[in-house]
Amino acid sequence: MSARPGGGLTARTVLTVLLAWLVLYPILILVGDAVGGGGSGLTAFATRPAEWRALWASVWISVASVALAAAIGVPLAFLFEWFEFPGRKTLGSLIALPAVLPPFVGVIAFLFLYGESGFVARAVQRVFGLEQSPWRLQGAGGILLVHAYSMYVYFYLFTRAGLAKLDASMLEAAQALGASRWSTLWRVTLPLLRPSLAGAALLVFMTAIGSFSAPYVFGGGFRVMTTQIVASKLNGELRLAEVESVALALVAIAGLVLLRRSEGDDIVTALGKGIAPRRRPIGGAGARAFSTTAGWALAVLLLLPHLTLVLISLVPYGSWTTETLPPVLSGINYQRLFAEPERLRPLVNSLWMAAGSTAGALALALVAAGLVARGRPSRLRGAIEGLIALPWALPGTVFAIALLTTFSVHSPAELRWVLAGTTLLLPLAYMVRNVPVTGRALLAGYRQLDPGLEEAAASLGAGRWATFRRVTLPLLKPALAAGGSLAFVAGLGDFVTSIVLYTYDNRPISIEIMASLRVSELGVAAAFGVILMVVSAAVLGLGARR
Amino acid sequence: MSGFVTLDGVRKQWSATVTVGPLSFGVAQGEILALLGPSGSGKTTVLRLLAGFETSDAGRIGIGGEDVTATPPARRRCGMVFQHYALFPHLDVGENVAFGLAGQGKANAGRIVDALKLVGLEGFERRRVQELSGGQQQRVALARALAPEPRVLLLDEPLSNLDPALRERTRRELRALIKRVGITSIFVTHEQEEAFDLGDRVAVLESGRLEQLGTAEELYERPASLFVATFVGRANVLRGPAARAFDGGIKDGEVIVVRPERLAFGAAGVPAVVRERRYTGAAAFFLVETDGGDRLEVLAAPEAARVGDRVHLAATGVLRFAGARA
Repeated sequence: MSARPGGGLTARTVLTVLLAWLVLYPILILVGDAVGGGGSGLTAFATRPAEWRALWASVWISVASVALAAAIGVPLAFLFEWFEFPGRKTLGSLIALPAVLPPFVGVIAFLFLYGESGFVARAVQRVFGLEQSPWRLQGAGGILLVHAYSMYVYFYLFTRAGLAKLDASMLEAAQALGASRWSTLWRVTLPLLRPSLAGAALLVFMTAIGSFSAPYVFGGGFRVMTTQIVASKLNGELRLAEVESVALALVAIAGLVLLRRSEGDDIVTALGKGIAPRRRPIGGAGARAFSTTAGWALAVLLLLPHLTLVLISLVPYGSWTTETLPPVLSGINYQRLFAEPERLRPLVNSLWMAAGSTAGALALALVAAGLVARGRPSRLRGAIEGLIALPWALPGTVFAIALLTTFSVHSPAELRWVLAGTTLLLPLAYMVRNVPVTGRALLAGYRQLDPGLEEAAASLGAGRWATFRRVTLPLLKPALAAGGSLAFVAGLGDFVTSIVLYTYDNRPISIEIMASLRVSELGVAAAFGVILMVVSAAVLGLGARR
Repeated sequence: MSGFVTLDGVRKQWSATVTVGPLSFGVAQGEILALLGPSGSGKTTVLRLLAGFETSDAGRIGIGGEDVTATPPARRRCGMVFQHYALFPHLDVGENVAFGLAGQGKANAGRIVDALKLVGLEGFERRRVQELSGGQQQRVALARALAPEPRVLLLDEPLSNLDPALRERTRRELRALIKRVGITSIFVTHEQEEAFDLGDRVAVLESGRLEQLGTAEELYERPASLFVATFVGRANVLRGPAARAFDGGIKDGEVIVVRPERLAFGAAGVPAVVRERRYTGAAAFFLVETDGGDRLEVLAAPEAARVGDRVHLAATGVLRFAGARA
């Protein structure tokens, strides 16, 4: 495949067609099937109140997740960016911890921790001598709890970045003009943070509306659209699942457009000069002690799900019944995992599928970003950029259903082959879903690359291929590592697409965790969760290294 | 201390070794004071102490007879023009100017118009601040600072962000405007020319200390210290036998400063050779080297000498200082 800087028209056309086939075509087939096909799915969707309830639930859960995540993440960001207190640096990095927990693993950790037979419930039961578990972590409350925990990180990171760019003299100017601290916050600071806040809101909204693991585990009778789609598919009502997917996609896109519009231009950088405000020490011994204690309590709270997972993974099957803490701990779950090849299969499956899909997504992104960044502006260039971003705008469940629909028909003339039921469809889905992440990383990488370097190599006699191999590729390494690590971790921990597309032969870790939970092998499930968590953290760490 | 703005023993301790002050001086009502000094001299700290962005560790700051030492910036009624203007990018020109005005909407319209008219930007109300040139941004910043009718106007290097070509004209316009408004103003600069042109009086700061406060003429003709003599205007610094050659009356350890225009070529005096000549139109700067090896700058008529000429130098005016610095 050509990766020449500049790239000819043919290369661009080929790539556009390939991307369109992978990214856009399945969506078009999905829409066509949902609307056509006798309209049986449409009628079913329109006449069942449960469908509308689920769609409405998806919307309000997502909006509430945005509000909750903002309520936690924004104040934290101000605290860590503007104030100085003991332990600020350590805590500041711990606070991003939820990000290294794959969604499904995070959800089961919450189950073990706060679920009706989790540690906290058991402790409360013991302390108050209750007959039954004090609560059931179910329905909207449970979903929102998990969402708030895992998604506030976006608001925290975006707001901190925004605050770091803020010019201190803006705030001083407001004060010199007579504005109080609150008035400065409302009239200057928050308006200047708007792009950051809107960006975080967009990410949280899109993540929440596509969220599957939390509603699947904690939803119970409370259905959102993603769980509704999977239920319909498992009931054999594929037509209905298609209509549901289209409905969810429309809602997601509407949210995307609305939030994008509120983002505005990046006004802060437009005049951006000057320096961020100095950190203020928190005054008063009492306030300092309080903030420090609260900070460490928060850190423990954030770490609890990880610790829970590790602890449960050490509990042998059937050894823990009514005690508050497990009476026996051993490494038996891990030993069995590595001793029995059939038990290790899911890990091997997940590893090869994550690696393969990451390689594919990187290759596509490398070529696409090269053509976009180096070519002259053209309609094709815009199309390539749009196609790269498209999978991000659609929930994973929607994409899974679209791929399933497209690749369960044999019709080479329409560029459709039967892949459903083979081991190839799932890694293909991982790859397509990862194109936005690798694409964005490489586009950023190419944009930071001085085109003069490639010209210098050419002037020194290096051919196109040699220039690419000896200059471009080494310089793109950080972008490849960043995009690749994110893609690999996403594939490794995926649950959303897997539950729709897996077969017995390629069942991934998340599916095995689910199966283990179903037969109450909590220790095995947790052991897989720990492995996922450790591998993800290691890969993300490698990817972030410069 | 007397004056409209007063500092009484004001001190700010940054670290064990870096201190600004204690400083005591007053600024008269309607006066424009320049705070001049090299970077790190504490001039910006003084401005920020006046605005209230820094709190002093000791001393008293007064504005219009009121002790404002502990008053927060929002209630000091000091207008401030920031170095990079700090215009709010999410507000348009009119909204920026209205920011410090108490009322809402219509009540302010007249005052916004007046403020913009004052800086020659009438009709700019609905412009985005990003669309303005550097000079226009500076004027909007000025209008915004003046609109709430502050008691004092503070300016942090108000001209440093402008093109050199624009600077001189803006300097004159700025002075005319401030004088028209009649507001007591204090501004920070590190350029002597700017301080002389814009300020009624100039306070020279060095390492956190006030070296001298006076008119431009006083600073130039009667500098209080060797630092002021060399920082303000061009200066040839001589010590030891070289100094004695020009001024027989100096005591041991004293240093002399001779301005280039106070040196003249003559028939008798210190023998030297002309090494370089820099023509500036009305006059020329000559770099001459005495037989003792000292290099001096002489301002004279362009045709007074040529490179390579042997000349004799005489000083018509000499400033003496205790030679603290070797």
